[in-house]
Amino acid sequence: MAKSAPTDRKQAASKTGVLALAGAEILLKTLEDEGVEVIFGYPGGAVLPIYDALFKNNKIRHILVRHEQAAVHAAEGYARSTGKVGVVLVTSGPGATNAVTGLTDALMDSVPVVCLTGQVPTHLIGNDAFQEADTTGITRACTKHNYLVKDGSVLQQTVAEAFHVARSGRPGPVLIDLPKDILMGEYGYKTDGVAAVAKQRYAPQTRPDAEAIKAAVAMLKRAERPIIYGGGGIINSGPKASALLQQLVDMTGWPTTLTLMGLGALPASDKHFLGMLGMHGTYEANWAMHDCDIMLNIGARFDDRVTGRISGFAPKSEKIHIDIDPSSVNKNVKVDLSIIGDATIVLEMLIAEMKAQSFAPHEASLAKWWKQIKSWQKINCLGFDQGADVIKPQHAIKRLCEMTSDHDSYVTTEVGQHQMWAAQYYDFEKPNRWMTSGGLGTMGYGLPAALGVQVAHPDALVIDIAGEASFMMNMQELSTLAQYNLPVKMFIINNEWMGMVRQWQELIHGGRYSESYSASLPDFRKLADTFGMVGLVAEKPDDLDGVIAEMLATPGPVIADIRVAKEENCFPMIPSGAAHNEMLLGPADQAAKPISEEGMVLV
Amino acid sequence: MSINEIVERHIISVLVDDEPGVLARVIGLFSGRGYNIESLTVAEVEWNRGLSRISIVTSGTPMVIEQIKAQLSRLVPIHSVCDLTEMGAAIERELALVKIINDGDNRIEALRIADTFRARTLDSTLDSFVFEVTGNSSKVAAFIDLMQSLGDVEIARTGVSAISRGNRIDLTAK
Repeated sequence: MAKSAPTDRKQAASKTGVLALAGAEILLKTLEDEGVEVIFGYPGGAVLPIYDALFKNNKIRHILVRHEQAAVHAAEGYARSTGKVGVVLVTSGPGATNAVTGLTDALMDSVPVVCLTGQVPTHLIGNDAFQEADTTGITRACTKHNYLVKDGSVLQQTVAEAFHVARSGRPGPVLIDLPKDILMGEYGYKTDGVAAVAKQRYAPQTRPDAEAIKAAVAMLKRAERPIIYGGGGIINSGPKASALLQQLVDMTGWPTTLTLMGLGALPASDKHFLGMLGMHGTYEANWAMHDCDIMLNIGARFDDRVTGRISGFAPKSEKIHIDIDPSSVNKNVKVDLSIIGDATIVLEMLIAEMKAQSFAPHEASLAKWWKQIKSWQKINCLGFDQGADVIKPQHAIKRLCEMTSDHDSYVTTEVGQHQMWAAQYYDFEKPNRWMTSGGLGTMGYGLPAALGVQVAHPDALVIDIAGEASFMMNMQELSTLAQYNLPVKMFIINNEWMGMVRQWQELIHGGRYSESYSASLPDFRKLADTFGMVGLVAEKPDDLDGVIAEMLATPGPVIADIRVAKEENCFPMIPSGAAHNEMLLGPADQAAKPISEEGMVLV
Repeated sequence: MSINEIVERHIISVLVDDEPGVLARVIGLFSGRGYNIESLTVAEVEWNRGLSRISIVTSGTPMVIEQIKAQLSRLVPIHSVCDLTEMGAAIERELALVKIINDGDNRIEALRIADTFRARTLDSTLDSFVFEVTGNSSKVAAFIDLMQSLGDVEIARTGVSAISRGNRIDLTAK
């Protein structure tokens, strides 16, 4: 049967609103309909039809990474820094399995990502064909939802639904497995779109129950030692949620702490901000959480890094939990009142109700509470001694923060001690500027995520604060940075150890440093040179400012190798199995309070 | 042990889209999070809308049961979740096909017991029977126990299906 000429097809389309197109073309058109501008991907046999269609497509930009895991992390960085859905394209078999770590990371941190994977033709599925993997089976547990498209006539609808699921409710990764014969076959594409059908199956609650809001205000009115505990849900809800949080804080004058994922929701410079809480949170934040009487949780999930030993967590408090995911409520910690809804909508209604009830904080008890908090702040738990001989990692990050304060900088990190120091010493004034792997803690996240952020914000200053061990995990992406001239600044906190592992081995395993030394490190300056980039090294405290200045002044990508004190430990620390008020503040504390047996089996 | 830490048995019914992988998704949820599946049955209940009903018997503390229901509700192909145990009076039934090989007095006794349990004889040879027994789990278990002491037995058993009493619709499609 002869293929109809383009004009015939157009006439047919104008009559019925349906175009007959190849699956790959329907896919790209639907992506365009969803507002996709960038795809991070890597080609392979099963996805050649899509790459062929991309070749002729002028609207979607493809960024070629060097490892599929990096494609997903790049999409995550893109998504977290823009609020849009990140898109990944990888081939079947090993392409899909390489993406698993990134998908699991997106699931744990609630990042909206749509991952398109190739698949062998439908008649070969289940036959152990070349580059075949049970992608939907493997990724069922690490995605919010996944699809295997076996019938091209529902391709458009499936892709539209995938985007809807990825970005609605609690965001997350969605995978679409696309067999090659579906990509090459001809099916219908509805020019009017499929919005209504796509949203039918999944409609999470975003508007809270008005009664719950009233009950919350009644509780908040009673508060004498209140605390606001904000998390990643505020960031996910959009910049308006952060603005509303600022409004709430201004209205109440209450102390506020943020989780690792929530940093930036309230400006670090706000005088109500107590710093991050949790395992490596500040003394004042953890003590305030412990002693509070009313805790208002906005978009956080009572993660174990935050709660410590649950039986010792905020024992005298009543808790209000605002979350969009009902399954997060009463999962680890029993709360007294839950409000299911989108943070922006809930905060809007809460503030309105507080105004309607002429809410006023208890001035006297609040003043007393702040006095107590200020006495905790006097301990200066983040203080350190920067001597003349060796750069302290905390100092390196603090100077980086100070010297970039006039930039609207975006920061990604890898995982480990440097990540905690970045959270403690780098100040974030706005949301969507801080990209880190919290829930899964994926080493190798930072460099590809920075890549994704730089693609989203070509003119911005994007810094990957890395540890040298983490940096090695995805350093092949240096080639990607070079190809697209992405001027990411890689600030490597180089202590020649897997710092966090070494710290735990020191604390819990009698200093038996098993396999935690970074042996055979490359000369990072030569490595940068190999990729045509600038490489810098700072060995002494006097070198630091000069290196940072040169790094910022260099127009292209830069690797800055910052040689820091090798056996510095990250404090404060709430060891596993301990409660908030059993925090270690420094090396001297270690001897006095050994880790309990229960604590030893915890990660 | 506080009242909130007592492990309870619950029957949870779920209305789902009948699509490939939906059962794997539900079972994966239970196994991935360490929830217990005592029994599970699934069958299509509305062919024109492609809906199936999954009945799961699970056990856990009240907090865990709430988690299970919340986690199930999160899944995209799930339309609705109902905790029949929490709702009150519910009817539970399961069916067992029990083959028993014996002769002589034991064979006669087996027939008498089948009669008492109102089991139907579906198959008979000179030295075997296949009985069909329906009832709640404890009745079926009791029947199987008795048969097992009377001869060589093979059992094929469905899981528990359940539905609420009265005129309430347990599960509605979105």
